Amino acid sequence: MSTEVALLETDKAITASRRSAFQRLLKDPQAVITIAFLLLVLAVGLLAPLIAQHGPNESSLNAVNAEMGTPGYLLGGDQSGRDIFSRLLYSIQTAAVSAAIGTGVACIVGLSFGLVGGYFGGRIRTVIEWIFNLIMTFPGLLLLIVLMPLTKGDFRITMLIFGVLLAPSIYRIVRNVTAGVKNELYVDAAKVSGLSTLRILGRHVMPVVRGPVIISGAFLMGAAINLQSGLAFLGVGSTEVPSFGAMIATGFLNLYVHPLQFLWPALLLGASTASLVLLGNALRDALEGARPKAAKLGKTKVRRQLAPNNGAAGETPRLLRVTDLKMEYPNPAGAPKQVLKGISLELKAGETLGLVGESGSGKTQTAFSILGVLPPEALITSGSVLLDGRELLGLREKDLRQIRGKDIAYIPQEPMSNLDPSFTIGYQLVEGIRTSAGLSKAAAKKRALELMERVGIPNTHRTFDLYPHQISGGMAQRVLIAGAVASRPRILIADEPTTALDVTIQAEILDLLRDLQQEMGMAILLVTHNFGVVADLCDRIAVMRDGLVVEEGDVMQVFHQPQHPYTQKLLNSILDESQLREDPETLVVTGKEQQ
Amino acid sequence: MIPYILRRLATGVVLAVLVTLITFWLLSFSFTGVASNILGPASSPEAVEALKDQLGLDRPVLVQYFDWLWSALRGDFGVSFFTSESVGKAVTVRLGVTLSIVLVALALSVVVSVFLGVLAASKAGAVDRIAQGTSLIGNLFPNLLIAIALVVVFALNLRWLPATGFTPFSEDPRRWAASIAIPVIVLVINGVANMSAQIRGTMIGELQKDYVRTLRTRGISPRSIVYRHALRNAAAPALVVLSLEFIAMFGGALIIENVFALPGFGSFAFNSSLQGDIPVIMGVTVFSVLLVVSINLLTDVINGWLNPKARLF
Repeated sequence: MSTEVALLETDKAITASRRSAFQRLLKDPQAVITIAFLLLVLAVGLLAPLIAQHGPNESSLNAVNAEMGTPGYLLGGDQSGRDIFSRLLYSIQTAAVSAAIGTGVACIVGLSFGLVGGYFGGRIRTVIEWIFNLIMTFPGLLLLIVLMPLTKGDFRITMLIFGVLLAPSIYRIVRNVTAGVKNELYVDAAKVSGLSTLRILGRHVMPVVRGPVIISGAFLMGAAINLQSGLAFLGVGSTEVPSFGAMIATGFLNLYVHPLQFLWPALLLGASTASLVLLGNALRDALEGARPKAAKLGKTKVRRQLAPNNGAAGETPRLLRVTDLKMEYPNPAGAPKQVLKGISLELKAGETLGLVGESGSGKTQTAFSILGVLPPEALITSGSVLLDGRELLGLREKDLRQIRGKDIAYIPQEPMSNLDPSFTIGYQLVEGIRTSAGLSKAAAKKRALELMERVGIPNTHRTFDLYPHQISGGMAQRVLIAGAVASRPRILIADEPTTALDVTIQAEILDLLRDLQQEMGMAILLVTHNFGVVADLCDRIAVMRDGLVVEEGDVMQVFHQPQHPYTQKLLNSILDESQLREDPETLVVTGKEQQ
Repeated sequence: MIPYILRRLATGVVLAVLVTLITFWLLSFSFTGVASNILGPASSPEAVEALKDQLGLDRPVLVQYFDWLWSALRGDFGVSFFTSESVGKAVTVRLGVTLSIVLVALALSVVVSVFLGVLAASKAGAVDRIAQGTSLIGNLFPNLLIAIALVVVFALNLRWLPATGFTPFSEDPRRWAASIAIPVIVLVINGVANMSAQIRGTMIGELQKDYVRTLRTRGISPRSIVYRHALRNAAAPALVVLSLEFIAMFGGALIIENVFALPGFGSFAFNSSLQGDIPVIMGVTVFSVLLVVSINLLTDVINGWLNPKARLF
């Protein structure tokens, strides 16, 4: 694809996403209602000179504390005989101007410096960072009051300064987004094709930055209105300017005698700021997609009508038997996506079964289903998972926990992300051992050190106190293996245990697994896409494709006489490389799996 | 570790000098106003000039500033133009009042936010919606309105708590608690709104990570996973929000203290600014800058300790 086309494509994509974000916004009742309310309030405020019968500061003796509905005084008069309705309308103008100035200045200052600071690194950014750190150190409200003599009580100048004080929040967002976008390939492409910096910023960076800035803009408007009313409530600024804060202050003094004088401005102020916050939330949903949803940690969802299956009568139960396992993920756009379409597997005590297939064929999902650690949105729709004839699907989390770690253990694919970065290796091993074996702290530590020694970790006492980021990937995988075999499980599920490691270390880890298996007599379910690993370690093999097991059998048999065309295809793609055993790295069938 | 802290402290001092210099320069535009403020509205221009001369306000701004800075570095912040109180002493007394409110509010906010945030992230469903709804209330309405509403209900109508005023802790702990109850509640409502949403988000992110799944496969209890592992990893980002919240509460105390007539830092700063009490304004500025700088430093140090990768000692 040429650069020109690539640029066109991104532009199209951006336009499309912009349109759909706008459509999403229009479909969200929260956004529609708040926008409508805010526009209505703004319109009424702008039309104040036409609607109000009195000026906001025009006082009349007849109207002092006038009741609601007095002719010419819709909402009555305040203690100085000013028309509350009229003051309310003009207060809207003050609030709107405050919001516009405060947010406008914050956005302009934050955006321009953020773009420059994010796009250019080096000294320019250092200087800008310093300036914004300085701004953030200023005692904001205090400064606004200290500057009273300078601003001469003009709330517009106050808001201008407040805008500068708010700018760091926008600056940080823009700087981070810009620095991220700057390294994108399409920006590189634009640079190579000779676009000027200004055009790149305008066409490629701005569209990305716009969303977050609009969202913060809504919140900043609320903050500006809040601040202006707060200051006016305290009596900072000209008394000539009608504002919610000033009205609330006057009403507060009269709260007992005429509570309504307080109520109207408070209601309008509360409703406006609440609308801005709710609008900000709706904007965030529309522009950044739904926020992450909370999910209960625990039991895998299983469709209720699943009949408990305890195996055919009279048959000796296998160690592990998976029958017709079907699992799906919901799809927000329509029909749920079926990921497992009826998996059946068997694992005998002490044997090694290789689960092979290309990325996305459902190997890892099968492993997670057996362990009962699927993501919360996954739903098992049918099938059964029997351990010694006991159904695992639908078991309570409490009961599953007794099985996990003790009977079935798990080794993940990517060692680093599977260790808790905040705890030492020793702590994590000890916690696991204490949970599964119920040992005392000292005994668990002794056992952990033995295990670390056993899996080939040097300097066990020193490594015990290290954090995961202080050890190599190979070491981390050994730690995870030590944790998995700590309680001599009968089944070890290893999900591509060597994919993330260097070739030399891969062989060592496979040797370790083989030795541990012989020593402990456990069965291994080895998920892999590497036929070399299968040939090395496995007794039997199950070939998966698109959520189904297409072929299962003895390793040698499948290798020599593959029955299913897909297996033949997979094997052919390897056999083109004539060195089957010497160089396992070239036997990789597909890229790294996405799990 | 110690070189790092020293470097940060040095940066803080430079920032404090810059901020006070800018503040002093901005104040210099109103020196005439200040002098006539002290003398009253009927003062003659000659009298104002004489007073400016007496207070040293007619000297070049930089000379005045460095004069002030030199004294300040030796711990002498001067005396108030209006009350002749020692500024250093006056500021620390007021700071104590504000800190007692802000720290209590902050501690309560942390407890409630962690509770709500963790509950929302780990229980999902109705619990999540209720927790989120609760925290939204503080976001929706300005502090000012919440403060007035609470005064009307609890102080004026129910008469459970005093509407205004402050009793020092040393005088009567029970009356102290009653006098700060409403201001603290107002700050807590706002603090919880800001912090619980953040803790919820971080916790959701943590609970979706790989290590959580691996811990589950070891048979570790959900309680340990949520409260020990995930919460521990969520602590660092939460601490940043906590420090921002502390600074925000300190600013927010300005309005709260005025509503409740509390003799705190905020109302002190407010009144001296209105009068143009320059030594007090400068003292207040220095203390707030140093407060912000030390909070940020403290946050970074604790953060370094929380995150083993960034640990400095």
